[in-house]
Amino acid sequence: MMHPLHSEIKNDSFPLDLKSVPVFEYDVFYDRVSDLLKDEAKHCIAYYGVKTTGSLKFYCCIADDTNANITVFSHEHNTNKLVLKSLTPICEPLQIFEREIHENFGVEFDGHPWLKPVRYSHDRFEQSLRIENYPFYEIKSEELHEVGVGPIHAGVIEPGHFRFICNGEKVLHLEIQLGYQHRGIEKLFIEKKEPLQRCILSESIAGDTSIGHALTHSQLIETLAGIEVSETLQIERCIALEMERLAVHIGDTAALCGDVAYQLGQVVCEALRTAIINTTQLWCGNRFGKGLVRPGGSNYPLTSEVADEMLRVLSDTNRRWGEICDRIYSLPSLLARFEDIGVVSRQQALSLGAVGMAARSCGIPRDVRETHPFQFYKSFPVKPMTCETGDVFARSMLRNLEARESVKIITELLAIWRKKSRDIQRPVYVYKLAPNSFALSMVEGWRGEICHLAMTDSAGNINHYKVKDPSMHNWMALALAVRNQEISDFPVCNKSFDLSYCGNDL
Amino acid sequence: MIGLVLIIAAAFFFPGLILRTKSIASGRKGPGIFQPIKDIVLLMKKGSVFSETTGLIFKIAPVVTLSGILCSILVIPFANQNALVSFEGDFIFFSYLLAFTKFFAIIAALDTGSSFEGMGANREAFFSMLVEPAFIILLATFAMITGYTSFSDIFSHFYIIGDPYVLIYSIMGFYVLIQIAMIENSRLPVDDPKTHLELTMIHEVMILDNSGFDKALIHIGSYLKFAIYGALIYNVIVPAGWNLFLQILLFLAVQGIFAILVGLIESFRARNKMNLNPKFILSISAMAWLSFIIVLILTDKLI
Repeated sequence: MMHPLHSEIKNDSFPLDLKSVPVFEYDVFYDRVSDLLKDEAKHCIAYYGVKTTGSLKFYCCIADDTNANITVFSHEHNTNKLVLKSLTPICEPLQIFEREIHENFGVEFDGHPWLKPVRYSHDRFEQSLRIENYPFYEIKSEELHEVGVGPIHAGVIEPGHFRFICNGEKVLHLEIQLGYQHRGIEKLFIEKKEPLQRCILSESIAGDTSIGHALTHSQLIETLAGIEVSETLQIERCIALEMERLAVHIGDTAALCGDVAYQLGQVVCEALRTAIINTTQLWCGNRFGKGLVRPGGSNYPLTSEVADEMLRVLSDTNRRWGEICDRIYSLPSLLARFEDIGVVSRQQALSLGAVGMAARSCGIPRDVRETHPFQFYKSFPVKPMTCETGDVFARSMLRNLEARESVKIITELLAIWRKKSRDIQRPVYVYKLAPNSFALSMVEGWRGEICHLAMTDSAGNINHYKVKDPSMHNWMALALAVRNQEISDFPVCNKSFDLSYCGNDL
Repeated sequence: MIGLVLIIAAAFFFPGLILRTKSIASGRKGPGIFQPIKDIVLLMKKGSVFSETTGLIFKIAPVVTLSGILCSILVIPFANQNALVSFEGDFIFFSYLLAFTKFFAIIAALDTGSSFEGMGANREAFFSMLVEPAFIILLATFAMITGYTSFSDIFSHFYIIGDPYVLIYSIMGFYVLIQIAMIENSRLPVDDPKTHLELTMIHEVMILDNSGFDKALIHIGSYLKFAIYGALIYNVIVPAGWNLFLQILLFLAVQGIFAILVGLIESFRARNKMNLNPKFILSISAMAWLSFIIVLILTDKLI
């Protein structure tokens, strides 16, 4: 039987038989990837290596936004000293994946401009390479000076090191050094055999996206185990995801106002966010939705009391959010701090493979909810919001628009939910995963496209697990955004992206 | 003597009043009015930690700064009483005494060898340089109106020369002094005392290495500076000849209103972008120049 050219799957549907994933020669693979990625509607969602005894196999998943198909193919090598021709010069979005592969397996990519370590993973190839003695990029000049910030910061934020090369107040170059939060999440997913442990693990990948990651994981397990969930549960999950989006967008707006010392905006938004997360707490006992999403069912089915309270809070929040946003976006002193600051052009966003909010603020309508629908979004179309200018203003305005949209979505979903039957499904912790399979699951978290991929062995045990947080693509966008900006505008640029350190570090 | 006591008394509740105003404006309960003073007492009890790279300058700077500020109070008059120290041209002495304290703060920041503090010192030096002309020109204007060059003489003759245009000078002086006070004390819109972001700080980043007792001295200095500028504003807007008892009440009222004004400004606007600060500060100098030219015209010296 001839191999099909490639195998296609869809998000939140069926797993793929590992044998049906085509294995190409690297030259063929190279041409196929470069061919596919010429199309703007296609982007690479994952490209990673899997080490098996004596061989290295690389999987690449490319999503087509026009028909919701995800193409999976691979290339395999058995030597350890591997030198491959880098795809980055012709498809820039792959730079981060090639860097990760280089770090983990020591594969040399010929022509890659900068194989900077991604996160200093515990099982990296070159153990002598340490985060403490990393040689930062330097420009030798009398006029320039370096400013190093972090990894410990003055505020309550995650650790990460930023090295600026400045000419006076102007930033010429920013190098971002991450990896301080590396916990070995992907390995833990294989080591922890208990399904519940894995769920809790997925909630801890990035604390601000608990629901997003937990949903991605549960969806992946359901795909592999063939568990069907009722529409009622799907709706509840979508509501939970939108609640998370709403809370974080409002909280980030508060932080953005705080960064430019606009006290009124900060305190009002903080108060609004509290109302939202307290509603999530009323629902599931945790303000960040931990414990809410589980494979196959839910420990906290939505009740009509919670739904009523949610509607009440939402309509109140919506009104007050509208008022404060009118204030915020008509205040000249604040607009002066947001407009034309930290601009990422559409072209830059495309070449970085930016996803989620970072892409949508530059006018790229990349939204998994629309292009690769999952859960109830399959029958509930969502139109992605976009802004055009790609500056701090666009990213904060997008938060405003998306928060309003989320309120609308939740309200409509609740109306549909009320008409559905309340067949309560409880979480499934005993399941049999499809053997020799490959599955992927994508969710549009508030930050962007979250992707989990898993492979099973012949006994149906997970033998490889891969997590991709949207931050991985977007960190480079931040580095580009602050070029030629004032160093004092870095905090507001950073907050406008609000990327996850631990999502990148895993 | 009364002036000295009153300024120190005003400094006691000044920061707390700003804090209360900001809390109320943001709908929060907020800390009590004496919280900043309690914080200072707390800091006084703590020991200081010194970085290994710092030397003598860093250790003496807080003391030099505070004593400089205390000395500068001595030339400020109150009501029709002369200041404790008064001589011709003492406003220049006042201005450079404050510049001297700032100089010490800057070299102490450089002494730490941190790139942050160097950056903050650089900004502080630049902005102080820009704000200096505004103060000198304003005082030169006053000197020209009254014909005297010491604070005591200027303010005791400010309202009794019978000039019908005195209102113009006092409004101009009021505006310019408030802005200078905001800049000198590192408040909005030039600096943000509340921020935790090192890269955006100006004054705060310079004192990152100071702790315990030294930090308390720096805070006291900044509170006193507010009260000093409050006293100058008071002298500009209240005639010196009024009843002394009324003056004391008015003095406290003016300081209170000034603090509330600072709190309100900080509640309802965002901070300037860093590269707008020089333009903003120069606009204050421009206001001072404007009042200078108005005086020239009104006293028939220009035309």
